[in-house]
Amino acid sequence: MTTFTDPPKESFRLSMLIYDTRYRSMTIQVVALIGFMLMAAWLINNTIQNLDALGKPIDFGFFSEPASYDINQRLVEYNSRDSHLRASFVGLLNTLLVAALGCALATVLGVLIGVLRLSRNWLVARIMTVYVETFRNVPVLLWIVFFMAMLIETLPAPRAFRGENATASMWLGDTVAVTNRGVYVPEPLFSRSLGDISFFGAFNISVDLIAVLLVLAGGLFVSGLIKRRADRIQEATGERPTTWYLRLGVVAVPLIVLLAVLGFHLGYPALKGFNFQDGIHMRNSLLALWLALSFYTAAFIAEIVRAGILAISKGQTEAAAALGLRQNRIMNLVILPQALRVIIPPLISQYLNLTKNSSLAIAVGYMDITGTLGGITMNQTGRELECVLLLMLVYLTISLLISLVMNWYNERVKLVER
Amino acid sequence: MADISFVRTEMLPEKAPPASSVGLIGWIRENLFSGWFNSVLTVLSLAFVYYVLASILPWIFQSSWTANSLNECREAISTTYGEGTSGACWAVVRERYLQLIYGFYPDHLYWRPNLASVLTLGALAPILFSSLPRKMLWLTVVAPFAVPWLLWGGTIWTPVSAAMGFVLGFAAYTVVSRFNGSLAAVIAAIVVPILWWLFVAGTFASLLQSVLPFGLETVESRNFGGFMLSITIGVTGIVCSLPIGIVLALGRQSNLLIVRGLCIGFIEFIRGVPLITLLFVASTLLNIFMPPGTNFDIILRVMIMVTVFASAYMAEVIRGGLAALPKGQYEGADSLGLNYWQSQRLIIMPQALKISIPGIVSTFIGMFKDTTLVSIIGLMDPLGLSNAIRADANWNGIVWELYGFIALMFFIFCFSMSRYSMFLERKLQTGHR
Repeated sequence: MTTFTDPPKESFRLSMLIYDTRYRSMTIQVVALIGFMLMAAWLINNTIQNLDALGKPIDFGFFSEPASYDINQRLVEYNSRDSHLRASFVGLLNTLLVAALGCALATVLGVLIGVLRLSRNWLVARIMTVYVETFRNVPVLLWIVFFMAMLIETLPAPRAFRGENATASMWLGDTVAVTNRGVYVPEPLFSRSLGDISFFGAFNISVDLIAVLLVLAGGLFVSGLIKRRADRIQEATGERPTTWYLRLGVVAVPLIVLLAVLGFHLGYPALKGFNFQDGIHMRNSLLALWLALSFYTAAFIAEIVRAGILAISKGQTEAAAALGLRQNRIMNLVILPQALRVIIPPLISQYLNLTKNSSLAIAVGYMDITGTLGGITMNQTGRELECVLLLMLVYLTISLLISLVMNWYNERVKLVER
Repeated sequence: MADISFVRTEMLPEKAPPASSVGLIGWIRENLFSGWFNSVLTVLSLAFVYYVLASILPWIFQSSWTANSLNECREAISTTYGEGTSGACWAVVRERYLQLIYGFYPDHLYWRPNLASVLTLGALAPILFSSLPRKMLWLTVVAPFAVPWLLWGGTIWTPVSAAMGFVLGFAAYTVVSRFNGSLAAVIAAIVVPILWWLFVAGTFASLLQSVLPFGLETVESRNFGGFMLSITIGVTGIVCSLPIGIVLALGRQSNLLIVRGLCIGFIEFIRGVPLITLLFVASTLLNIFMPPGTNFDIILRVMIMVTVFASAYMAEVIRGGLAALPKGQYEGADSLGLNYWQSQRLIIMPQALKISIPGIVSTFIGMFKDTTLVSIIGLMDPLGLSNAIRADANWNGIVWELYGFIALMFFIFCFSMSRYSMFLERKLQTGHR
């Protein structure tokens, strides 16, 4: 005989799908899934019908056709007989170029302005506040066209550099020419070059560049080893050996030797005919986009940096001072590591914004991926669906890669509580 | 024997602090010249400010407001202020400010956008400032229907029949909830209006129009432009993206696996692509996604994509607010026996939204600034209009005045929005710290 009986087994009723919380969540999810799939099917069906009616079913064959348009700012070889795929690739590299340049300059400016905004000097702090408010409250597209107009309208034309009584002169001891057709800076040249190697037949990379980077990385690695050894010695004996000349030497000496072997020299721009020749030509479109994106994003980064520094309570500084640390060590060992934890995640999302905003290049005619794949290629081939979807895919990939880095970093620096 | 000891029996009067540490001089010493480094910084900044003002101020004030073309402007400036002076030609703003505000909207109908903006302000005011009378909320109910009607014109019965859908939904809810459960009532309140809008509303409106013809002159979307267009798109995006963003944020935080997956996918997709690609979708692809033969208005398409874009960002901001709430709030709401929606409405959302106010407002500001992007797909927002004005032979080559004016207008809008968010934060501060 049993003293316990199971509660009466309730038979399943249909109404339990709605009124029983055990089943309701399932019901809601199934309904949501069905709704989503119906909607997707409806959209796809519409698209197929419409494309059939227009007579252009989805087809990526146009990528192998010749693009027949020029891209004047490019990192790899390209001419107008190359395919649309190649043109898109050139555009992608241009996007990455302006994004990388922009992130670098925006970070430098933003950190500087963010720190100066906290300055005890009233005037400096006010000027920086005005900067931040001005740049944050005006659309970035307006800044881009504004910088473009500034470059074209206010800089001297190349002919102003010519003749006996030239009205303009080159900067930095005749090495940099700032004109309204772009800026010409010296280019690094190697008289005993090792040549190029080709990657997948798609683009060439100079072996000299690779060699320089490898030597630099090797030097930094050895320098790191020396630092770690010094740390060990300091922990064991309390005396830190002086290593700075050694560390500088292992980085600088091999690099200088390599550059000398390769015959490194600079190619200076010079006025020939109506325009400057030689040197690296940075076109106005690139400069305007770069400067505008950097100045605009710097205003946001400045606010992030300021908030990060303010977030560290004063007690931290005082406690560090009580331990007898000097001012710069307080900053390096106590404040910065904590502030960076607050600063880095929003900083990376600003990098993400800058990369996405670089798609506004189309307003000044800089041929990034939006200008090539989403601009001329789309208009020439009439393949809107394929082009726009691929364009979105490219940006989505870049964004996801950047957020992967961000998540990895967050995971690494997260405070472990309990 | 005289007592020569001296004990002071009253306090000495306080001495005034040295002149160098109070007042203006003290302030300057403290804030500008407290050390050699600070002094150098101050002098450099003063030089910088002087340089900037000296190059901009004469240009702004040695200007011409009256000319009819750029050449006339330059002549007038050089005769008034001497040869070789470069001054601003504000005459272009005087001549074209109506166009910059209204685009190509017919000028005898300017009262309509004016009235619409007054109505919008009246509708937003009771939400933004709680001290205003609650009766004004009726404006908030009417405005979503009246404002589009005022802007685009057409028969009055279209907005009326659209509003009827909501009335019918409410009626269905009250009737069904009396006889059936609340779930059936919610379903009825959703299904009835949709059926109404899909199948009855159009016929209903045209029927009423034929019986009682009353309407406004129709204005085509291609005549929209200027700040009116920016504000129309911006306000629609702001108003629609907040509720959608809340729903998406709740979906992303919920423990229903499929719902969460769908929300995450949507949010991450939208946040991963630039707005310009979504505008390309609006201008070229949205018609392909719709049933064959559909062709709806370009401004409406742009509004949809801008709303979609803003709601993904809004969802992330609100999710931040939800995540920042201490877990005890959720558990407290559960222990009171509130169900999901009650606890969200009464406990969670009021606090989460309060925390996320700065983020919400900066999303709004960002979206309003992003409305300039529509000029790239050919709509006549202020930036697009500035190109159109430059195309005029009279104003060929005018750059700074137009950009300056547009930038100033955007600055005023965005700056006042950010100040409002600070006011709101202070008002809702309920005294932690």
